[in-house]
Amino acid sequence: MMTSIVEEKLRKEYSDKILDISTFRGDLNVVIKPGDVIEICRFLKTEPDLKFNFLSCITAADYLGKREIRFEVVYILFSIPNRKRIILKTRVNEGEEIPTLASLWRTADWQEREVFDMFGIRFAGHPNLKRILMDDDWVGYPQRKDFPLTYEVPHFSHNKGEIDTRDKAPWRGDNDG
Amino acid sequence: MAKPETMTINMGPQHPATHGVLRIELDLEGETIIDARPIIGYLHTGIEKNMEAKTYTQALTMTDRMDYLAPMSNNLVYVGAIEKLMEVEVPPRAEYVRVIMTELTRLASHLVWLGTHAIDIGAMSMLLYCFREREKIVQMYEFVSGVRMMSSYFRVGGLAQDIPPGFDKRVKDILGTFPAKIAEYEGLLTNNRIWRNRTIGVGTISAEAAIDAGLSGPNLRGSGVAWDIRKSNPYSYYDRFEFDIPTGKNGDVYDRYKVRLEEMRQSLRIIGQAVGGIPEGPYITTDRKIALPPKNEVLQGMEQLIHQFKIVVHGFTPPKGDVYFAIESPKGEIGCYLVSDGTKKPYRVHFRPPSFVNISALPKLVIGRMVADVIACIGSIDIVLGEIDR
Repeated sequence: MMTSIVEEKLRKEYSDKILDISTFRGDLNVVIKPGDVIEICRFLKTEPDLKFNFLSCITAADYLGKREIRFEVVYILFSIPNRKRIILKTRVNEGEEIPTLASLWRTADWQEREVFDMFGIRFAGHPNLKRILMDDDWVGYPQRKDFPLTYEVPHFSHNKGEIDTRDKAPWRGDNDG
Repeated sequence: MAKPETMTINMGPQHPATHGVLRIELDLEGETIIDARPIIGYLHTGIEKNMEAKTYTQALTMTDRMDYLAPMSNNLVYVGAIEKLMEVEVPPRAEYVRVIMTELTRLASHLVWLGTHAIDIGAMSMLLYCFREREKIVQMYEFVSGVRMMSSYFRVGGLAQDIPPGFDKRVKDILGTFPAKIAEYEGLLTNNRIWRNRTIGVGTISAEAAIDAGLSGPNLRGSGVAWDIRKSNPYSYYDRFEFDIPTGKNGDVYDRYKVRLEEMRQSLRIIGQAVGGIPEGPYITTDRKIALPPKNEVLQGMEQLIHQFKIVVHGFTPPKGDVYFAIESPKGEIGCYLVSDGTKKPYRVHFRPPSFVNISALPKLVIGRMVADVIACIGSIDIVLGEIDR
């Protein structure tokens, strides 16, 4: 019942901005355009009936070869007063940017960094968008589907020359770094 | 007087009080912290990537290795996500055992937190006492699953094996001895003047700031927000048991300590209600597309043999779709975002690690305070690096 209030409100306010809205296994899934992320999240956060005040999780998935638009970034919001969860999704291709949510929730800072680190999706306006789990000089984005699971770049060598000349992403044909 | 120069020092990665391989860059003026930057990733092993290459059941073993102090909670969130996607009915016996084991896990995790937190700020003997009690729970792990730490005891649809005879008695033994032990810890710390001086008013965070920073679990409840997923969105059989959500007022290290101690009592309360009522019946779902058939049936029936063969060789295939499932782990909200493409391997698994989010709030707690308070703050937010880095 609560889910339907959220759905109603969203449909009323943003009927032109919602690409898809559905309920799957009890959770409301809303697909929006990347440019509207901040606006819709601010609405969900501040609207008195909804109060999705807690940003649980930001993550992404790579649909290489499965969908026209490659990446899907997933925001999971939770309303502590209303005890409800909503899943927002937005789709971007490689090279496209999503506005950061760091201005709405501080916790977005690190979670967006992880998405950037793992998928190479950039968040426009992020205060400190750099790698978080991988080394700063790592080449490639490990959670992408075209990143090999088993190949490992030898990271340490006693031979200085080998370190300097080493191909850092040998699984790529073009070596564009 | 000239302004003192800012000095940057590294705390960690090899530092016993950072609870693992955590490095914190501290900018200091004198001994006052003006900025802190936690740097993580030293233990990153690509668990999420690896899980994409394994079948659902194989990938289960990797969840133990994230928060290795609370393996059963990790198992539960992962199997729970799959069960939500596949809409599996879990038998009551399995749900009761799951509740008991995850609450024991909460006790074990809180005990390690208490011991390490106390030793960090000078109470040496606490570590020994806490590990003494934790040993009983680790032995329970061994009793039910055969493994002391990486138990992988929960399976999609139920449990890996039935509880051995004598389970009730051993749980009741723990229930009998624990309240006195918790009183003992309280006696050692709660009114200890050194402990109070080191914790009261240290690492304060308001409720709004805590929600903004994504804190969950005891860290959020220490700031006075009575939110517990076991109550707000009950999973497993948590809606059948009575328990309270303890909260603090000031959101300092001391309040978080009080909240966790009370949570241990509440966990005992839940276990006490659950242990008497474990129903008879199957310990895993009877859906033969998901769980192995009993061995004696396999030896006699052709169809059962085929089922066993299919599950061992091929595994099971959830429908296409993606779900998010969250539970209250000892450290806060642990969530599992699971994408299935209809094959036997998960297309994408992401864990919302509570420790990862909680440690990102560390600068908020320590800026303006002394270096020694960093140790108290790290201890009080209860992190596990295996889960942060995955």
